[in-house]
Amino acid sequence: MNQPANVLAATSCRDTPILKERGQREVFCGLTGIIWLHRKMQDAFFLVVGSRTCAHLLQSAAGVMIFAEPRFGTAILEETDLAGLADANEELDREVGRLLSRRPDIKQLFLVGSCPSEVIKLDLARAAQRLTKLHAPHVRVLNYSGSGIETTFTQGEDACLASMVPVLPGTEDRELLLVGALPDVVEDQAVSLLGKMGIGPIRVLPAPRSAQAPGVGPNTVFACLQPFLGDTAAALERRGARMIEAPFPFGEEGTTLWLRAIANEFGVDDATFEAVTAAPRARARTAIANASEHLRGKTVFFMPDSQLEIPLARFLTRECGMEAIEIGQPFIHKGLVGPDLDLIPAGPTISEGQDVDRQLDRVRAARPDLTVCGLGLANPLEAEGLTTKWAIELVFTPVHFYDQAGDLAGLFSRPLRRRALLKLEAAE
Amino acid sequence: MKLTVWTYEGPPHVGAMRVATAMKGLHYVLHAPQGDTYADLLFTMIERRGQRPPVSYTTFEGRDLGSDTAGIFKKTCQDAFDRFQPQALIVGASCTAELIQDDPGGLAETMGLPVPVIALELPSYQRKENFGTDETFYQLVKALAKPVDRTPEITANLIGPLALGFRHRDDIEEVKGLLYDMGIGINVVAPFDATPHDLTRLGAAHVNILMYPEHAETAARHMERALGIPYTKTVPIGVGATHDFVAEVARLCGVAPKKDLGRLRQPWWSRSVDSTYLTGKRVFLFGDATHVMAAARIARDEMGFEVVGLGCYNREFARPMRALGKDLGLEALISDDYLEVEKAIEEAAPEMILGTQMERHIGKRLGIPCAVISAPVHVQDFPARYSPQMGWEGANVIFDTWIHPLVMGLEEHLLSMFREDFEFHDAAGASHHGGHAPKPMEGGQPPAAAQPPRSISEAKIDEEMPVTTGADVMIWLVDAERELKKIPFFVRGKARRNTEKFAAERGVTQISIDTLYEAKAHYAR
Repeated sequence: MNQPANVLAATSCRDTPILKERGQREVFCGLTGIIWLHRKMQDAFFLVVGSRTCAHLLQSAAGVMIFAEPRFGTAILEETDLAGLADANEELDREVGRLLSRRPDIKQLFLVGSCPSEVIKLDLARAAQRLTKLHAPHVRVLNYSGSGIETTFTQGEDACLASMVPVLPGTEDRELLLVGALPDVVEDQAVSLLGKMGIGPIRVLPAPRSAQAPGVGPNTVFACLQPFLGDTAAALERRGARMIEAPFPFGEEGTTLWLRAIANEFGVDDATFEAVTAAPRARARTAIANASEHLRGKTVFFMPDSQLEIPLARFLTRECGMEAIEIGQPFIHKGLVGPDLDLIPAGPTISEGQDVDRQLDRVRAARPDLTVCGLGLANPLEAEGLTTKWAIELVFTPVHFYDQAGDLAGLFSRPLRRRALLKLEAAE
Repeated sequence: MKLTVWTYEGPPHVGAMRVATAMKGLHYVLHAPQGDTYADLLFTMIERRGQRPPVSYTTFEGRDLGSDTAGIFKKTCQDAFDRFQPQALIVGASCTAELIQDDPGGLAETMGLPVPVIALELPSYQRKENFGTDETFYQLVKALAKPVDRTPEITANLIGPLALGFRHRDDIEEVKGLLYDMGIGINVVAPFDATPHDLTRLGAAHVNILMYPEHAETAARHMERALGIPYTKTVPIGVGATHDFVAEVARLCGVAPKKDLGRLRQPWWSRSVDSTYLTGKRVFLFGDATHVMAAARIARDEMGFEVVGLGCYNREFARPMRALGKDLGLEALISDDYLEVEKAIEEAAPEMILGTQMERHIGKRLGIPCAVISAPVHVQDFPARYSPQMGWEGANVIFDTWIHPLVMGLEEHLLSMFREDFEFHDAAGASHHGGHAPKPMEGGQPPAAAQPPRSISEAKIDEEMPVTTGADVMIWLVDAERELKKIPFFVRGKARRNTEKFAAERGVTQISIDTLYEAKAHYAR
């Protein structure tokens, strides 16, 4: 009953030719991930080595300023740093020294590369090694790139997690590793559901504190919680771990298939699976049915943004009765989103990359009922009479697993309900 | 290299975007990597603009770096021209593109586009956002404004208002009204809603109204030199400044300083008895220099506040700001480091902050009420209603805005009468702020109500105490400390400071109840 035997569409989006575009991209760079990563890793500090633009981006993307001692900052390169790299390294060591002496609670420091640091070829990998030696054993210094020339938006989390994999302790134990930085409330739900099926031990990357870092080895199996963790998955495989492929746990169906794939790996029988999931599945179905009332029969257009587009399109089309016109993603990694693509019947345009003006021409021609896009585009499209959902909320809000499935549908239906609700003209 | 957490200003190309976005018929081609498009949301979300900023980003990637980023720039430039058909283009580089030295200006020049192309050199690693606004507007004016005949009637240009400005939209209307009352027409308002074609007519005006020096002073100077147009030095924020502004414009234009004061209510609101409670409120001012300097005059002369600290984040105005500080007997803080600003505010322990959104957060943390007077802006700073800062209505708006975070006159008396009452305890805050009232910080005038002195018992060291002359440690005796707590919270800080100052001057290291009331008598005015 619970096996995903008949769910594959006759012809699915897996085989749809991908429209590849390049041009202006209306997408954040990978630095943005720091906003949620620093909340998740409570003893980590993220030091961007970049420009005033990087600092301004973080401040603007955060939307609100997190004044309660943010554990991130930008070492802003100045004219003199550009003149000689030797000096830039010295300056960096000095700033890091100052930072760590002021914040003794910091155990992991990420040096985050930016566009300018990469263009001037400031070697942050070497700097991280040098600084690790300097501040060992108290602080481990790692580095990754969050630059716009290398990463888009959520890819920053991938780069960050991938940088942690080589330094994870080794283990021979058979363990399940969940990969991805989710809000605690959903992470706990996942661990609880799997635990009730008798699966364990369960570890999570990233751990809230560096001392709790999971081990990895040939008997580790892992499941990604987010569809943008390709480099992290590859790094884990290099350490001998094996990935469990599944659609991503959005909605009732996605969550069930994701849990089922893990349950199969651990030999959980149907009865146990059913006993654990029946109640939350029923709740999820009810919640989705209520929240998706305004979504049924409506069309949706995804501009590329968070990399969640394909799994979310699967949820909206299969569980909320929407019709997808175009599903755009910054890049498409079929090794990760293949199972989701399999479930979406052929029909929508699948696009990768972006030429924003041309894509907006397609939006205007199609006039979708709902356009999922970034913050820079939402109000302009609303002003043209289109209804939008800002993609960034999908990254900041708990939306995974059964008990958030209704909330997830609600995020999409609220703009439509609001449009239907407002009566701003004369009554006549 | 400088570690930065929060910034008052973005990079200079964001300044250029603020000019381009304010204008119509202008397009900005920005050589920039993916991610720099974040700046669009400042305009579409914070300012709620219904159009995308007129900016095309080249969006080069790592793999393009070794090959042909210049080609990508030229293609973007051509596509932008073909699609948007602007009257003029500005071209430039963001911080990353500045490093790859493709020379957007030179590249665009070779393309033979049939409209003016203005190249911007904005050094990202030295300068900031306000330099970007000022320089961009100057380059536009220099390229486009040529000598033309003056208009037969007397007209003015309003220069400086732009996108993401603090109440620029409404200030324009207010200044137009002031000029209208003097019989002066409007030639061009720029950059706000101006087209490149409008800029060619700038020379027809008789005077330039320099509304925001940080955005248009270089252009104003240029037009004075090249076009012979004088510009105003007074920014009409506050009652006194608006009177001075009208006089200055009348003098420059040779017209009578006619004013319509029919809607100006601020002077009476400030004189009426309920406002007595504003007397001597200790305020700290921080923001952009234009607004802070205007606010200092309003605070002292029009509200009866005591300015206990002031400063600005735009270093370009350090000199006039320091001079003003000197006039007020203060050392102005010129800094773009919010931690430094927070420290200065903490030390000054004001009863209210007049600042930016950054200071609003500082105020939240320290429990000090704050009213916002300056950019950088937040979505709250773009109200739907008419809410200017300049002119007569601006003076009214400022009065209301500044007193809103404070406890009102009669309420203040009730608080001292019923300070033990459960609804009036220290943390309750002002009644018009609902459940989320900020907890006001200690500070204020000498205590109003006296209590009989009590006996001295054991001593206690006060850790919060400032270091004073003649004593490393000053001790508040327990009874005196208890007595201090009976003083309403909004005047307690001042009572504490005055008492300590009084004690320090007399070499007293143990503060008793007697010391407290001797100090009160000494400072009574």
